[in-house]
Amino acid sequence: MVAFALVMISFYLLGSVAVIASILVIAQRNPIYSVLLLIASFGALSGLYVLLDAPFAAAIQIIVYAGAIMVLFLFVVMLLNAPHEDTEHDLRVHPLMRVGPMGFGVVLSLVLVAELVVALSAGREPGSFSGGSTSSVAAIGRALFTEYQFAFEVTSILILVAMVGAVVLAKKESR
Amino acid sequence: MPSLSHYLVLSAILFSIGTAGVFVRRNLITILLSIEIMLNAVNLSFVAFGRALGTADGQIIVFFVMTVAAAEAAVGLAIVIGLFRHRESLNPDMFTSLKW
Amino acid sequence: MLSPLFIGQIVLTLFVFVMLLSSAAGMVYMERKVAALMQQRLGPYRVGPRGLLQPLADIIKLMFKEELRPKAADALLFALSPMIAATCAFAAFAVVPFGGDVTVFGLIPEGIRLQVADVNVAILIVFAIGSMSVYGIVLAGWSSNSKYSLLGGLRSSAQMISYELSYGLSLASVLVVGNSLSLTEIVNAQGGTWLGFIPKWFVFLQPVGFFVYMTAGIAETNRAPFDFPEAEQELVAGYHTEYSSMTFAMFFMAEYINMVTVSAVATDLFLGGWHGPFLPESWGWIWFLLKVFAILFFYVWMRWTLPRYRYDQLMRFGWKVLLPIAVINLLVTAAGVLYFGL
Repeated sequence: MVAFALVMISFYLLGSVAVIASILVIAQRNPIYSVLLLIASFGALSGLYVLLDAPFAAAIQIIVYAGAIMVLFLFVVMLLNAPHEDTEHDLRVHPLMRVGPMGFGVVLSLVLVAELVVALSAGREPGSFSGGSTSSVAAIGRALFTEYQFAFEVTSILILVAMVGAVVLAKKESR
Repeated sequence: MPSLSHYLVLSAILFSIGTAGVFVRRNLITILLSIEIMLNAVNLSFVAFGRALGTADGQIIVFFVMTVAAAEAAVGLAIVIGLFRHRESLNPDMFTSLKW
Repeated sequence: MLSPLFIGQIVLTLFVFVMLLSSAAGMVYMERKVAALMQQRLGPYRVGPRGLLQPLADIIKLMFKEELRPKAADALLFALSPMIAATCAFAAFAVVPFGGDVTVFGLIPEGIRLQVADVNVAILIVFAIGSMSVYGIVLAGWSSNSKYSLLGGLRSSAQMISYELSYGLSLASVLVVGNSLSLTEIVNAQGGTWLGFIPKWFVFLQPVGFFVYMTAGIAETNRAPFDFPEAEQELVAGYHTEYSSMTFAMFFMAEYINMVTVSAVATDLFLGGWHGPFLPESWGWIWFLLKVFAILFFYVWMRWTLPRYRYDQLMRFGWKVLLPIAVINLLVTAAGVLYFGL
């Protein structure tokens, strides 16, 4: 009983941290704060993966997303040093407070909520988690190198291409 | 125990926040960050479904999505740096004409 | 609910926290004394017998200094970065086991393992929290809004993320040999001896891996000879130029605790953890302390013996020398395990 309550509390806590941090990411003017808030959101998502019995996904979320990709974003923001949006209209009216886009967004989210309600109450089981096996990292590794081997090798070439592309694109033109 | 629906609703909320960020913000870096939010929402769905089906496939797909997101962030930011060098601005509205 | 085991775990957590704090203080003393004796001078000798109370004097001095904040500094980030640095330093030690099962003189009948959190993927957690500590440094450099801090912060974080690769690859090689991600299982795989007297430590199976790990660990914690970003002679004080008093103490402490964590993980992975001759399992933590102390002494010895690498030499070494060595080590290890069927 205590375990059940703890899991539900953790879920709601982590979920609300993720949602609030994401909303603040798109609401902040200063990109450095946006990056830091996104890191907080990733941390909350990593906690959610732990709740979902996926410690490997949780660990690589922190290592890859929060520890590497966000460092890249932070470096680029510091390099470019353009902290604010340029136009005066942006400075007067906050991006999230404009009638046109916000109205459209409200309509879209109502459509989304309606779809979700329809889909989730379609009469079938609410999809509770089976007491099934938690997958060990060894099992994931084995699957990566047998079933998903082609995708694995292609991903390594993809990363090589991205590395070369990033270096070439960001290089200063030598005059 | 939070059921699968809980995780799917959370994933949908995060995805819509990311989409809103891409549409509304006029700063290239914030747009890229919103794309990352969307990718993370999808990752959450994958892991939740993987757990519901009792397989490891969810985590494996998440592994691939993260790698692709890393590659995309690297190249995207390189493009942003190149664009910034030309126009000294991160506002996508400044890049609407096809010639320099 | 309040079983002896539960209380024991709470006490263990507090004990680890206090132990890390006091190890930082002890490291201050050891560094100054060892440095002095290596340079043929005396070091601290006034405060207390043989200068043993010097860390206490240092702490009192740091507490009473004035807290300064530059006017143009970003207040939130300026206050946040030492917290991030210190938190990540402490958190990484939470999954490191430092002893076998201990029954505290029979108070806890089933024995409590000396590890705050026994996680299956402990190596990944150590690596993950280590990669988060980059933020403390880069944000400190940025938020101080001063050129020395910014340069130091950027250089330091670029160095840390470069050496993370070799760090991770040496961890991967140990994983291949030890067959598990859990630190406790890797330590338990190193119990016993070959031929009766050579202990089954992984350092004998993975000498290159040990070298790569220690080098990457020294670079990760920004210690000499890789401490260019915070060198006193070149950059004033690098990323912590603008910090004073307790915030400086937090960076200082975070660096020492990172050193202790790297040494503890190295002991667990390569030097057999708490296994050693003559002592039963539940007193193994004595061996652990001795091994960690040996590695920390090695750290201090390196600092005061080797000259400092220049920044471009440092980056070149990390990418062009250490990373290929780590990759080749992983390949050879994997081939060896496959061939010998370990």
